[in-house]
Amino acid sequence: MSDYRIQGDTGEWEVVIGLEVHAQVTSNAKLFSGASTTFGAEPNTQVSLVDAAMPGMLPVPNRECIRQAVRTGMAIDAQINTWSRFDRKNYFYADLPQGYQISQLYHPLVGEGSIEVSLDEKNPDGATKVIGVERIHVEQDAGKLMHDQHPTRSYVDLNRSGVALMEIVSRPDMRSPAEAGAYVRKLRAILRYVGSCDGNMEEGSMRADVNVSVRKPGDELGTRTETKNVNSVRFVMAVIEQEARRQVEVLESGGRIVQETRLYDPDRNETRSMRSKEDAHDYRYFPDPDLLPLELDDAFLAECRASLPELPDAKRHRFESLGIAPYQAGVLTAEVEAARWFDTLLDAGAPPVAAANWTTSELFGALNRTGRDITDSPVGPAQAAELLALVADGTLSGSLAKQVFEVMLETGESPAKIVEDRGLKQTSDTGAIEAVIAEVMAKNPNQLEQYRGGKEALFGFFVGQTMKAMGGKANPAVVNALLKKALAA
Amino acid sequence: MMTDLTDLGIAAIRDGVRAGSFSAVEVADAFVVKVARAKALNAFLVETPNHALAAAKDADAARAAGEVLKPLAGVPIGMKDLFCTAGVPTTAGSDILAGFTPTYDSTISQNLWDAGAGMLGKLNMDQFAMGSSNETSAFGNVISPWRRSGGSNADLAPGGSSGGSAVAVSARLCPGATGTDTGGSIRQPAAFTGISGIKPTYGRCSRWGTIAFASSLDQAGPMARDVRDCAIMLAAMAGFDAKDATSLKLDVPKWEHGLSSNLNGLRVGIPKEYRIDGTPEEIDALWQRGIDWLRDAGAEIVDVSLPHTKYALPAYYIIAPAEASSNLARYDGVRYGLRDLPEGAGLQDMYAATRADGFGEEVKRRIMIGTYVLSAGFYDAYFTQASKIRTLIARDFERAFEQCDVILTPTAPSAAFALGEKSDDPLAMYMNDVFTVPSSLAGLPAMSVPGGLDKHGLPLGLHLIGRPLDEQGVLNAGLAIEERAGFVARPEAWW
Repeated sequence: MSDYRIQGDTGEWEVVIGLEVHAQVTSNAKLFSGASTTFGAEPNTQVSLVDAAMPGMLPVPNRECIRQAVRTGMAIDAQINTWSRFDRKNYFYADLPQGYQISQLYHPLVGEGSIEVSLDEKNPDGATKVIGVERIHVEQDAGKLMHDQHPTRSYVDLNRSGVALMEIVSRPDMRSPAEAGAYVRKLRAILRYVGSCDGNMEEGSMRADVNVSVRKPGDELGTRTETKNVNSVRFVMAVIEQEARRQVEVLESGGRIVQETRLYDPDRNETRSMRSKEDAHDYRYFPDPDLLPLELDDAFLAECRASLPELPDAKRHRFESLGIAPYQAGVLTAEVEAARWFDTLLDAGAPPVAAANWTTSELFGALNRTGRDITDSPVGPAQAAELLALVADGTLSGSLAKQVFEVMLETGESPAKIVEDRGLKQTSDTGAIEAVIAEVMAKNPNQLEQYRGGKEALFGFFVGQTMKAMGGKANPAVVNALLKKALAA
Repeated sequence: MMTDLTDLGIAAIRDGVRAGSFSAVEVADAFVVKVARAKALNAFLVETPNHALAAAKDADAARAAGEVLKPLAGVPIGMKDLFCTAGVPTTAGSDILAGFTPTYDSTISQNLWDAGAGMLGKLNMDQFAMGSSNETSAFGNVISPWRRSGGSNADLAPGGSSGGSAVAVSARLCPGATGTDTGGSIRQPAAFTGISGIKPTYGRCSRWGTIAFASSLDQAGPMARDVRDCAIMLAAMAGFDAKDATSLKLDVPKWEHGLSSNLNGLRVGIPKEYRIDGTPEEIDALWQRGIDWLRDAGAEIVDVSLPHTKYALPAYYIIAPAEASSNLARYDGVRYGLRDLPEGAGLQDMYAATRADGFGEEVKRRIMIGTYVLSAGFYDAYFTQASKIRTLIARDFERAFEQCDVILTPTAPSAAFALGEKSDDPLAMYMNDVFTVPSSLAGLPAMSVPGGLDKHGLPLGLHLIGRPLDEQGVLNAGLAIEERAGFVARPEAWW
């Protein structure tokens, strides 16, 4: 995976990737004002005097946004800077009411950290790679221009103006689209576990600026381009592929890569130049004089740390320690909601390995089929635990459990009630089973003779016939034992 | 015949209304008439007689009902047009805010209304508080009520930027007015017009709802006839405000109760670096009189050194424009105020046209300077260096205050100059702030009190600088000077 190479006319090229991920902080209020942050509200209904930059308005930091960014930093083992400062990034645009964005250039809240990504989805314990995170700083989002409301005018929606973002800046440590994809997925999972960002890329709560350069393996870093506001994992990977290929073509045809900002067009699957370094703004960063430096005390840090949940890797390792296969543990911990659902199932006493098998195959399969999310699963962990307990104590066979689960999905009834009402209970009554076995043997003399003549593969045939005759309710272990005895007689 | 109520200051009006010597409405009416007749001074941009009368009626009704009167009940004041006032146009003296009427009150104005004060109107000022003569106002300069003796009728500058406030108080159009001070904008006009004014410690007065010039320096403060009135009005203005992240979370001291001109045991520092070549002899003489008065009041006089003083003005004229260039970016024609949208213009053209038309020359000059000093390649040479100087200046004061409790200097290097005299020479104009800027950079409380008249009969001010949060020490030293200076001169009404 890390030997991803672009084959050019002059040989192989290596791709170097760094990502700046903008993640909207989960908070009821904006970074420096009390205005609400609900997505999808009517334009300009979530705008305070501060967000509209009315004369004399001042920013006051929202403690919850800072707290979320600090918790995120802790979740990636990053250095938390107990002294940080806000800077103004100055530029004019109609979606930026203050004429500057309050950000953190010189002294970010969170310093060096790292994220470990699995390079093989099938085996999360296999090859991994540590991607460095250079920093996380908090900053304000801008508003949104609307060009489709009037034939000659543009409108401005300031609902998003002032919403808190974390900018998570990676080191240029990634070497392939797949690594970048794994990094974004892992980062997204961590953010969602921590609860500092909902990770919703479609709604723009998470978007990435993708920095790409190419070089001959072993050479110095090449000139990079930055493709802005890429809003899905798939697009991040596509941007890297397209951009790396484009850069190789430019270089091999004797051209030079221009350091520039590019935009991705998903419809054409290509990146386009937006502005070059020569047109780049001089942002005139300087410390925001409206704000004092941000100083964090030990009590605040301790609270942030204490409030951190178990994170994806730790959870996966714990699941594995219960005997669950690494791949399944990876699947179960990929999404925070599913992981929490599964933890509740374990807490309800379900046997881990059986629970993992059942959840990843039966439950996820059913949810997939019905287009549901784990959060609105018709079967809750408590009911599932009941079902698994009925399997464990021999009341239900695997196939009976499937039937019961189907009914649970439809009716929401408890498994015990379904078993009771529909008589789906598995039987271990040896007398009844022996009677059926005798019947099956009598009805199939040819097969019996062949089996006894050495064709032992026919054992399965007799199991099937016996189970069928018993309506699937016979305990398969008992059937097996009794059949073996009867056939050998 | 009854006293002219407009001759009374804040304390006298407050006490008279409480005692029932006169009604608050009578006071308001008297000032409203004076304001209406003083148009020649151009001190008021908006007159709000109804606001003053409504507050006065409330005060009279409260007294009639036997209620305890609020601290400023019955006191009508003038409001510098830098403070946003709900429902009353607010322009900061600039065309770019033409037509802007806030829906909100600044914390300072709200605090004053809550204390029972009423508003006579919005006061003219240097545009965005940038200026030392009031000549940068988009609405014509304020004219000082003072004239040189000896027959010269030249219109004099009231000082700036709180020139409208200074003139309104000095010409008895209101007993007190709000000012703001970034590098001397309360103290220098107070000195030019023979009144008192105090800039409190940075953070005492909330900046919320006050149109920003340079955020790290801007402080509101009162301008009034005397030290006691300043103490009363400052107490009503000051206080912690959760809406301003730089606001100090401290109780407001009872400054008026703490007033005492007995300076026994007080050490007054005289900084040698403030003796600047070319300072008029009269200023030096006044300074010496101030020293004598404070010694007479019981203070010990000590020489102190503020070695980085000469770098203060250059540092200030980097930091203040840098912050201003960013603070004023919001005036872009998009959401409020002036919009100049030439036919067929795009967004960038609209910005350029709006800001070219809306801002005055001095504002543009400072935006250009500020933009320059923050630019890539110049930031370290200018802004970073200036910030270091600022730290050194604050340290100078810290060291000086190990040897003394309050520092005495002149307020300005000259008396009021004629309008037009310095307006073509920005550097000469900037020199007016030479004594006031260092304490602004250090965020210290400082005040100007009248000390006497120059040879042309124009007021001169003395300047007191205190330790952080020691407004009381500044006020008390000011009071000791006030009692000894016996400053009773007032401009003869010609308007």
